[in-house]
Amino acid sequence: MKLEIITPDKKVYEGEVKSVRVPGKKGSFQVLKDHAPIISTLENGPVILVDIADTESSFEINGGVIEVKANKIILLAESVK
Amino acid sequence: MSNLKAIRVRIASVKSTRQITSAMKMVSAAKLRRAQDKIVRLRPYANKLHDILVNLSQSLAEMDVENIYAAREGEPENVLIVVVTSNRGLCGAFNSNVIKEARRIVAEDYLDQYKNGNVRFLTIGKNGFDNLRKQKFPIVAEYNDLLNDLSFEGTAGIAERVMQAYTTGEYDRVELVYNHFKNAAVQQLTREVFLPVESVEEEFKTFLSTDYIYEPGKEEIIKELIPKSLKIQFYKAVLDSFVAENGARMTAMHKATDNATTMIEDLTLQYNKARQAAITNQILEVVSGAEALKG
Repeated sequence: MKLEIITPDKKVYEGEVKSVRVPGKKGSFQVLKDHAPIISTLENGPVILVDIADTESSFEINGGVIEVKANKIILLAESVK
Repeated sequence: MSNLKAIRVRIASVKSTRQITSAMKMVSAAKLRRAQDKIVRLRPYANKLHDILVNLSQSLAEMDVENIYAAREGEPENVLIVVVTSNRGLCGAFNSNVIKEARRIVAEDYLDQYKNGNVRFLTIGKNGFDNLRKQKFPIVAEYNDLLNDLSFEGTAGIAERVMQAYTTGEYDRVELVYNHFKNAAVQQLTREVFLPVESVEEEFKTFLSTDYIYEPGKEEIIKELIPKSLKIQFYKAVLDSFVAENGARMTAMHKATDNATTMIEDLTLQYNKARQAAITNQILEVVSGAEALKG
């Protein structure tokens, strides 16, 4: 899956991932391959992703919105720490 | 001879001025490029947000979403005008255009509100602040430091405060006045309504809709995205003005450098003429002196 994490100031992350866990408004959820198309707003919290080399990295986001469609994930965050 | 020296001093002074203006031109060119990069980096975020909003607004019509940023009934009573200028001068008519436009808006559209003391200003940029304050316009806030280190977070904070003031009824209308960057030489004066939000449902047409799962729900998402897109609109305006400022300064400094060059050419010609005249005079003196001795 292709993941992009974008803020108004810059592109924070772009690359292939195996899974990503995001802090959804109704609770944290994980996106895996072939996830159904979804648009969800996000709370403040950590975004944890596992890339194809199985390394885990995490970003602290400050609210945002995620769109998943056809194995392409776009995460818009206002700011990332 | 004193004339010769005076010209020489002037040439030297114009030359050093030219050095300064051409250095400033280089600096503005570099800043311009950096600021343009920022706009390019903002674009993916802004576009995607817009896509999602358009996508959502297709189904918005059927629902009755309460929009706290919608227009209120009747004539706007309290107006806020956000004036975006620059902190520094030497950029041609960049600042005076914005200020002129702001005053024109007040005089033509909001004269009644102004007489009642209900038109207020928010300035970004020292030039606009100083100018409007001198003319005794009511300024509620100034954010001059923002331009020193322009970032989304800084502008978002201001936008949030303005939006808050709108929802509490402090203002009924917020407008932005700024320079839009067309190219380095051309700035387009822009007046934009920031609040109320004109309806989101513009470009319905050819958007291919996927069946999305919406979490928590369309309504909540829209409610959250509208402020986000407002903040982006605000940031875009300030960034646009910042790019335009550097473009304007670059052009102004380019012209100044050119002017200095022609001036140096003129002065050099004048200097050489004066020098030749002096030499001719000296020869005449020597010759006539020798002539007198002979006799």
